[in-house]
Amino acid sequence: MLILNEVSKTFNPGTVNAKLALDKLSLHIHKGDFVSIIGANGAGKSTLFNAICGSFFPDHGSVVMDGRDITWMPEHQRAKQIGRLFQDPMRGTAPDMSIEENLALAAGNGGWLSRVSGADKKTFRDKLALLGMGLEDRMKQPVGLLSGGQRQALTLLMATYHIPKLLLLDEHTAALDPGTAEKVLALTRSIVEENKITCLMITHNMQSALDLGNRTLMMNQGQVIYDVTGEERAKLTIHDLTDKFRQASGKALDNDRMLLGIDSNK
Amino acid sequence: MTPDKLLALGQTALELGLVNALTVLALFLSYSMLNVCDLSTDGCFTLGAAVGALVAISGHPWLALPAAMLAGSVSGFITATLQMRMGVQSLLAGIVVNTGLYSLNMALTGNKATLPMNKTTTVFTMAKGLLKDTPFAGQYTLIVMLIAVALVVLFLCFFLRTKLGLAIRATGSNADMVRSSSINPAFTTTVGLCVSNAFTALSGCLMAQQQKNYEVNMGSGMVTVALASLLIGGVIISKHRSVPLRAVGAVIGAFLFRLVYALALRLNMPAFMLKAVSSIIVVLAISGPYLRKQLPLLLKSMGMRKRPASLPEGGR
Repeated sequence: MLILNEVSKTFNPGTVNAKLALDKLSLHIHKGDFVSIIGANGAGKSTLFNAICGSFFPDHGSVVMDGRDITWMPEHQRAKQIGRLFQDPMRGTAPDMSIEENLALAAGNGGWLSRVSGADKKTFRDKLALLGMGLEDRMKQPVGLLSGGQRQALTLLMATYHIPKLLLLDEHTAALDPGTAEKVLALTRSIVEENKITCLMITHNMQSALDLGNRTLMMNQGQVIYDVTGEERAKLTIHDLTDKFRQASGKALDNDRMLLGIDSNK
Repeated sequence: MTPDKLLALGQTALELGLVNALTVLALFLSYSMLNVCDLSTDGCFTLGAAVGALVAISGHPWLALPAAMLAGSVSGFITATLQMRMGVQSLLAGIVVNTGLYSLNMALTGNKATLPMNKTTTVFTMAKGLLKDTPFAGQYTLIVMLIAVALVVLFLCFFLRTKLGLAIRATGSNADMVRSSSINPAFTTTVGLCVSNAFTALSGCLMAQQQKNYEVNMGSGMVTVALASLLIGGVIISKHRSVPLRAVGAVIGAFLFRLVYALALRLNMPAFMLKAVSSIIVVLAISGPYLRKQLPLLLKSMGMRKRPASLPEGGR
């Protein structure tokens, strides 16, 4: 479904700050996979997403989706098939516009001069009601008034309004309080499973990395150092993961948030 | 001041306010919606006036309007292309185009700084002829301008609710989100600036026809005057209201600005103060909310200095 062939990217090449963010990374994602991705800060997780989305073009290698080489396709064109959520709930919605207007853009029905129809509004209402946040009664309110969790749930709805071929979740619950994060995560799970969306999720929560999805990748220094699915994954615990990390990278996992995640989840 | 004089003053303010209102609506689209401060406004206003004057002098007062709008949108297209596809910063793109337009305007008028239109048939003289025997004979300028402004407001209300209009508003609010909706922000910015500059040029064209005179500096300072009007309108009808209401607010702002200015002239303020007044209004309107936010901080830090040993109440 999605194939990355030896994708490399160096930031600030030729300077003292040169950083090899992706190092000949090859990856094959199957249709319907729900892949969780973990790794220390600076491991290249978000860079991997940027390469898939087209936020930059790779120095080397190619990105192929559904048999089509999209390495040089501009970001906004790929967005037709790729939905993406960021850690920052502010990034996915336009704060000065109403919920309805935001959804209208995500729906993108009709030609340039078409307007939101009554039928569209009905669909928006129904979809918003599924979030269980009461947003269906606030459709005329500007999105800027919503809480972070509500905005993130709305962004999720917008990103999956037309079922994307691929959904990229970049720590999309990390900025939310624990209760809200859980709710958004549950919504994510139900939307992804219901629509059988191929999904990649970066997370710092080791437990949800193992709980959600059917495959887990561990990244370090721009490479995938551990890729696990099936029975082996079913038996994994958080401590196995940290051990694996130490083995593969030759050092301990040095990420506070991940380590804290271990403590809070035992 | 007699009531008669006051009424005449009000009418002049309304007429000039409505002419300016078209530029204010143009900035409403580019500044308030698209979040681009289009500094080519001055030159574009004059460009519209020049093209409009030339076409009207050649005997086509109606044709002058679309001709000016077309010229304006070409200018907007160039500004947008410079900033979206050629890496020129937004403000600089406007300034560069503005400077270039001065030469273009001089070239268009054959190196003449003014074009008198005393004997030219304009849309206003035509309206005057039409309304000759009706009770509205004296109000022909007002009526032409009311129709023009109403049409532009209606167009904006329709346009900003279409998918394209929503995408333009979203570009000003969050360009990332536009990209993830599979829309190219470069495209929406280009369309937005083309439309807004068409209105700016229309405003200049009508101004020249109304004053029966074209002058190469008639647009200078227009961007500040229009911005001041827009911000006054924003005080009356706040940002959280619906888009059609805000567009009407922009028109009211243009009228109020002209009214205050006319009153100030009555009170013997010299005419050259217009631009200083508009500059001050823009500064106050933009810095006001910022300073209001800073004020508690300032007071607190002053309190700190008085009692360095203790923290102010509620301070962290």
